[in-house]
Amino acid sequence: MHHVVLEQWARRTGPVHALDPRVKLGVTLLFLIAIAAGPPLSVAQFAAYAGLLAGVVLAAGLPLGGVALRAGIVLPLAGAFAAVSWLAGDSHRGLTILLKSYLSVFAALTLVGTTPVARLFLGLKRLGVPASLVLVVQFVYRYLFVISEQVQHMRLAAKSRGALERAPRRYRLMVPAGAIAVLFARSYRRAEAVHHAMLARGFTGQIEAATPLRLGAADLVAGGAAAGVVLAVRFAF
Amino acid sequence: MSGEPLIEVVNLRFRYDDGTVALNGVDFRLFDSETVALFGPNGSGKTTFALHLNGLLRGEGEVRICGLRVDKNSLATIRRKVGLLFQDPDEQLFMPSVLEDVAFGPLSAGVPPEEAFRRAREALAQVGMAHASERAPYHLSAGEKRRVALAGVLVVEPEVLVLDEPTTYLDPPAHRDLVALLGRLPQAKVIATHDADLARALADRAVFFEHGRIVAEGPVEELIERFGWDACVARRRRTSAGQDS
Repeated sequence: MHHVVLEQWARRTGPVHALDPRVKLGVTLLFLIAIAAGPPLSVAQFAAYAGLLAGVVLAAGLPLGGVALRAGIVLPLAGAFAAVSWLAGDSHRGLTILLKSYLSVFAALTLVGTTPVARLFLGLKRLGVPASLVLVVQFVYRYLFVISEQVQHMRLAAKSRGALERAPRRYRLMVPAGAIAVLFARSYRRAEAVHHAMLARGFTGQIEAATPLRLGAADLVAGGAAAGVVLAVRFAF
Repeated sequence: MSGEPLIEVVNLRFRYDDGTVALNGVDFRLFDSETVALFGPNGSGKTTFALHLNGLLRGEGEVRICGLRVDKNSLATIRRKVGLLFQDPDEQLFMPSVLEDVAFGPLSAGVPPEEAFRRAREALAQVGMAHASERAPYHLSAGEKRRVALAGVLVVEPEVLVLDEPTTYLDPPAHRDLVALLGRLPQAKVIATHDADLARALADRAVFFEHGRIVAEGPVEELIERFGWDACVARRRRTSAGQDS
């Protein structure tokens, strides 16, 4: 699955992986703001931003082609908006939407592919994101795997019983709707069970701080350099 | 058995919100260093009973853990004294990494992070999972998940372990390893299980639940024989009955 590949990348070691997650989060946020809030990208700007991201990906030892390919996941959605702009007669704006969306997803993938998810959540907490919000995201991420596995099992079960191939069309639509309801009910029951498990282990309403993060000189230098490049590309080109 | 019981349950009754009577007058005692297997059909009240021992559910009647009555004021202490292992480890492993999950209990109890993580590493070593501390729980095998979940329970050094179907989802080697591991743990244990082999290997005695009550108690083998609580025994019985007729 897509997210499993990202986690395998995130578990690698290297200079980019070793950086403090707060630095990576900060630089990624700056990058996204610089792109989103800036004027339409010039060719030179696009090349510079893409070069920066490619440099980070290569320094991290991740497959450049793999990251570039996965970043393309945004293209169908961004393409729809680009098509609307193009049809409205603003083809330049359409192209900008495509390029900005692609670079933004590329940057996010670079962040997630170089930071284990546990450290990412910790970084978010340390940057002041409300603990309850981080907790919700953390749980959604954690149980996405369990729920997706359940969906796969349900699909297999349906297939093994013929998947209603000869049933009337209306009935074929009713079954997935029922399956979604069952999935919701199961997820609700599981949420209760998880809450029980948390209480059984002394949960008091807040998950306490985990491993300490240490911001070193290398983090600051690397973060400062990357932020400097982003700002230079944004304002100098 | 002599001395004060670690767990003493008197006339425990519990009804779920939908009206289902899950426990209907349960009396139970567990003594130091003792292991008791809870047998009984699905829906007979074993899991509901196990949840009462950790204060997660509270019915009518009395539950005392190490002399402490289970109530709102004693819950935090009782949850440190009674470690509860859930049937589905996916419900118990909710943190993003194995180490953080195991450290959850001590961190929640206010232990400083460095000490909490030291204890978590020790607990992982105890269950043979030290190598997996940085891994995500959802990428572990069923046996590994079970061991990590057990480490998360052991890390707070409980006096009693309550295990709900601990061998579910395990393949034979993982089953064997878990039984050996549980056998090495010094704590008193209550094991809700359908697994006759597990009970034979670990339990000093057994009780049999039916319709929310304990209807029999005694030596493990005796209860297995009396209730046909072993798939192979049941098959042998059918075979011999067929030969007789």
